Amino acid sequence: MNQDFEPKILGFFCNWCSYAGADLAGVSRLKYPANLRIVRVMCSGRVEPTMVLKAFACGADGVLISGCHPGDCHYQQGNYKTLRRVPLLERTLAQFGIHPARFRLTWISANEGQKLVQVVTEMVEEIKKLGPFPGTRARFPELAPHLSGATVIPGGAIPAPGGATTTVGVPGATLVAGGETHD
Amino acid sequence: MARIGVYVCHCGTNIAGTVDVAAVRDFAAALPGVVVARDYQYMCSDPGQDLMRKDITQMGLDRVVVASCSPRMHEPTFRRALEGAGLNGYLLEMANIREHVSWVTAGVAAATRKAKALVAGAVRRVALHQPLEERYADVTPQALVVGGGIAGIEAALKIADGGFRVHLVEKEPSIGGQMAKLDKTFPTLDCSACILTPKMVAVAQHPNIVLHTYSEVERVDGFVGNFRVTIRHKARSVDMQKCTGCGTCWSKCPYTAPSEFDEGLGKRKLIYIPFPQAVPNKPVIDRERCVKFRSGKCGACQKLCPTGAIDFTQQDELVEESFGAIIVATGYSLLDPGRGPWGYGRYPNVLTALQLERMINASGPTGGHVQVQDGGTPRAVAILHCIGSRDQNYHEYCSNVCCMYSLKLAHLVKEKTGAEVYNFYIDIRAFGKAYEEFYNRVQNEGVYFIRGKGAEVGSRDGRLLVRCEDTLLGKYREVPVDMVVLSPAMEARPDASHLSQVFGIQRSADGFFLEAHAKLEPLKTATDGVFIAGACQGPKDIPYSVAQGAGAAAEVLRLLSAGRVTISPVVAQVAAEICSGCRACLPICPYNAVSYDEVTKVARVNEALCKGCGTCVAACPSGALSVSHFRTPQVLAQIEEVLAV
Repeated sequence: MNQDFEPKILGFFCNWCSYAGADLAGVSRLKYPANLRIVRVMCSGRVEPTMVLKAFACGADGVLISGCHPGDCHYQQGNYKTLRRVPLLERTLAQFGIHPARFRLTWISANEGQKLVQVVTEMVEEIKKLGPFPGTRARFPELAPHLSGATVIPGGAIPAPGGATTTVGVPGATLVAGGETHD
Repeated sequence: MARIGVYVCHCGTNIAGTVDVAAVRDFAAALPGVVVARDYQYMCSDPGQDLMRKDITQMGLDRVVVASCSPRMHEPTFRRALEGAGLNGYLLEMANIREHVSWVTAGVAAATRKAKALVAGAVRRVALHQPLEERYADVTPQALVVGGGIAGIEAALKIADGGFRVHLVEKEPSIGGQMAKLDKTFPTLDCSACILTPKMVAVAQHPNIVLHTYSEVERVDGFVGNFRVTIRHKARSVDMQKCTGCGTCWSKCPYTAPSEFDEGLGKRKLIYIPFPQAVPNKPVIDRERCVKFRSGKCGACQKLCPTGAIDFTQQDELVEESFGAIIVATGYSLLDPGRGPWGYGRYPNVLTALQLERMINASGPTGGHVQVQDGGTPRAVAILHCIGSRDQNYHEYCSNVCCMYSLKLAHLVKEKTGAEVYNFYIDIRAFGKAYEEFYNRVQNEGVYFIRGKGAEVGSRDGRLLVRCEDTLLGKYREVPVDMVVLSPAMEARPDASHLSQVFGIQRSADGFFLEAHAKLEPLKTATDGVFIAGACQGPKDIPYSVAQGAGAAAEVLRLLSAGRVTISPVVAQVAAEICSGCRACLPICPYNAVSYDEVTKVARVNEALCKGCGTCVAACPSGALSVSHFRTPQVLAQIEEVLAV
């Protein structure tokens, strides 16, 4: 385990509960590792799987989606949609070779600053054990131009490690199969 | 190419103490599209906003990034600042480097790096922002108040006096709430009913108030200005039109049940009004116990009713109404002390404070006599503070009112019985106007104060025994008494969770409803147009609840008088030329805002219904849906840049 490694974790936080919860952690002066960078969305249901893939493609070592607790969604059911989408996304991530510990869905209410601290601390610890995500950018510097901006690469053929060719057609994200081995 | 200005706020030392703001400024200045980057002491101050406005005008900026506090705090402020300089308010992006960086990060290096990352994300994102126009909707000039306790009553009266129609919904057969059960109120010792009942009568008689008692809110649809609310009128078994409240039915009903109003100490009939001053003064049948409903026999009330108002076949009725704004004032419950070691439910002379309140009341079950089980007068009475409050085993919070009502009860018991009265307390919190003076008065009346929590109630030689550690003497004590009065914690009502979902209100960890901002928005909730007042938000006394009721009424009057509300322009759109008509988005939308156009064979968004959550966008397989201000390219650009640092 590399002691100097500081993972980057991208957080998608819903405006009403989790973002407010992160604000509360701030107001309460709770300290947590600086590894989490939060992107605000109105609802966790807004998070497209593409966004998660994009984050990994752009160098995130972990991604955290956080919404209101089930039943408390500001938009009634948005978080239920998230809840149902995530298992599919998790299977996709596994196929891309992304270790399950790198991706997490959690519920943090506007009142749970403390829970945020706990979730981030745990996630940072786990990802530190795994080491940096061998993301596309790092492994295939020649692809870097394709990774900038919100580019759509429809069905681009990208050489995967080991010489096999994988066809990837994810708008806005370019990823290569065959990453980490799962424990 | 966008012309972006970046403004990094020090927030005094709140940000600058942890984040190297000059470094963030220099970093921002070098980002593509950034024309000017500045740091300033307080960006939200007038000079701070002036600085920004001057740059917009003089340097021709067309985008602004403010790196300061949470956008949940000052986004409207800075949007207005942009608009003051002729720039659309949505061409702003905030980087939250206070709540999400300086306040939560240890170490300047780590905080500065994170701040840079957030600023970079904001700069990339803002370049893709589009100007958006706010929309307006008319406000239905009518308000809903839920809960007929003192907070709800006050709110309803104020709104009605303001000239708007109010519907007041109360779950119980009468309005009045918990305050109606109290005998005297601290610290003035004025009679609770004497100050409450005129307000209850005013509610009943006010031409602008529609009263729904024995009713519950079933469903809330719509949004601020235009809520559609379904109210369930529970079957009362009494025709409210025909009933005159003469009282023949409840005087003739041959059966009784424990009275809820008398906290189980007295009896009521099975057709009953909860208490003599009930509003409306019309009875309800307790269908669960009523012999007519259980076995088909009896029916005495129906036979004797002079106006034929009794209707055993009455059904629940659903009423739908539109409201511009809603106040939730559903109050609190008391902790059940039977869960603890205080002998409640085990020894008949262990009472709750509310039970003693009823006992002291002249119209209560004992006619105002403070008496033990066998009818005798107690020689010694113990009042135990903090039952379930300030206690890790129950509720960590302080229930706010128990100190004062315990002092009041001590005074009343002493006055009525001359008994020795012992207060077992942790410390006395007499925080309000004239409260400390009242505490001194009660001390001077010879009431004993033992600083130590009443840990356990047992019995010896036919008397009750309160065990405690007297923390002033540093000694374990056992105090024999004839009556123990418990001051239980105020807690969130058991239906608070259900109500929070019906009205879209969040709850805090203690279960009470959560206000939008602990200091500055104590009456608002996360849902626009839904306000809270009184003890549903947390333990409070009567003056505080009244103040909140009036305050919430002011919030509602503000909305109703304005006549229109601003609606966020953050809504979804369909690109018809891309939409494949698969209809995956239709069932996703919680507001039925997306429909399928049979003619053009594509999905269509009704912007008036859309609330901009963007859940449909994430579900669209062909990328035809988008949501303004959270467009996929905007978010993706932000992700990329936030991770690049």
